[in-house]
Amino acid sequence: MKSAVVLLPGLNRDRDMIAALTKISGKPPVTVWQTDTEIPDVDLIAIPGGFSFGDYLRCGAIAARMPVMRAVAEKAAKGVAVVGVCNGFQILVEAGLLPGALMRNTSLKFVCRQVKLEVTNANTMFTRRYQPGQIIRSPVAHHDGNYFADAETLARLEGEGQVVFRYAEGTNPNGSINDIAGIISEQGNVLGLMPHPENLIEAAHGGSDGRALFEGALGLAA
Amino acid sequence: MIKARITVTLKNGVLDPQGKAIEHALSGLGFGGVGAVRQGKVFDVELAESDKAKAEADLKAMCDKLLANTVIENYSVAIT
Repeated sequence: MKSAVVLLPGLNRDRDMIAALTKISGKPPVTVWQTDTEIPDVDLIAIPGGFSFGDYLRCGAIAARMPVMRAVAEKAAKGVAVVGVCNGFQILVEAGLLPGALMRNTSLKFVCRQVKLEVTNANTMFTRRYQPGQIIRSPVAHHDGNYFADAETLARLEGEGQVVFRYAEGTNPNGSINDIAGIISEQGNVLGLMPHPENLIEAAHGGSDGRALFEGALGLAA
Repeated sequence: MIKARITVTLKNGVLDPQGKAIEHALSGLGFGGVGAVRQGKVFDVELAESDKAKAEADLKAMCDKLLANTVIENYSVAIT
């Protein structure tokens, strides 16, 4: 199964994402640069974490306006799976591919730790290898992960099962509304989440709870 | 040449942890009468344009497309 990783100046988790996708899918992902206007035919497009454009203006704001994101939007409209992790999630909301916004953590502190996530919707292409309600572990590392959406948007997200991951057992690290850690698009093929599942995919990482997300998205057997 | 000032502020109802921290710091400095503090952004923009109406329309488009995130922020444009 083929995958692509979007590269932008200031991202720093791109190598982690490339390593994870290489290990899980058996072949290295193609990489696409910010100025690329076309993305090859792949099954999954991943936007990694980091600090694209130094987080200037707003996290992900400038990256979201780069030519490559128009190409990502075109692929997403055709139903290709897209996952944005951390800064990748911020870029997806700034690009309008996911609703809401990610704001400064209520603690005002950068948080770098492991949290617990509840799989609140296991009926998506990304979460189908998990059980509904399953609690998984995942690292987080961010300063602006405080998810916000207006009441109407929030009601729609909750009502339509678009909240896919929630911080569990009091581990909300950022004040995110309704403990939201990850959401999916209405069409079900664009996922954004603040935690880093790509950093927990093999025993050497201390666990492999994140692996099933990529296996599901790539349609691989567990 | 037209000069403009764009002010971007958080919408009502959007929590502003940075504004809260500033509010507490001001209280700590002894400014007892400080109520709520909300943090925003100011952009001073120079435009090679002489038509004020055209400039204003362009500046608003800049806000909608990049300078403000209208999910959480309001903006105002003042040509100086």
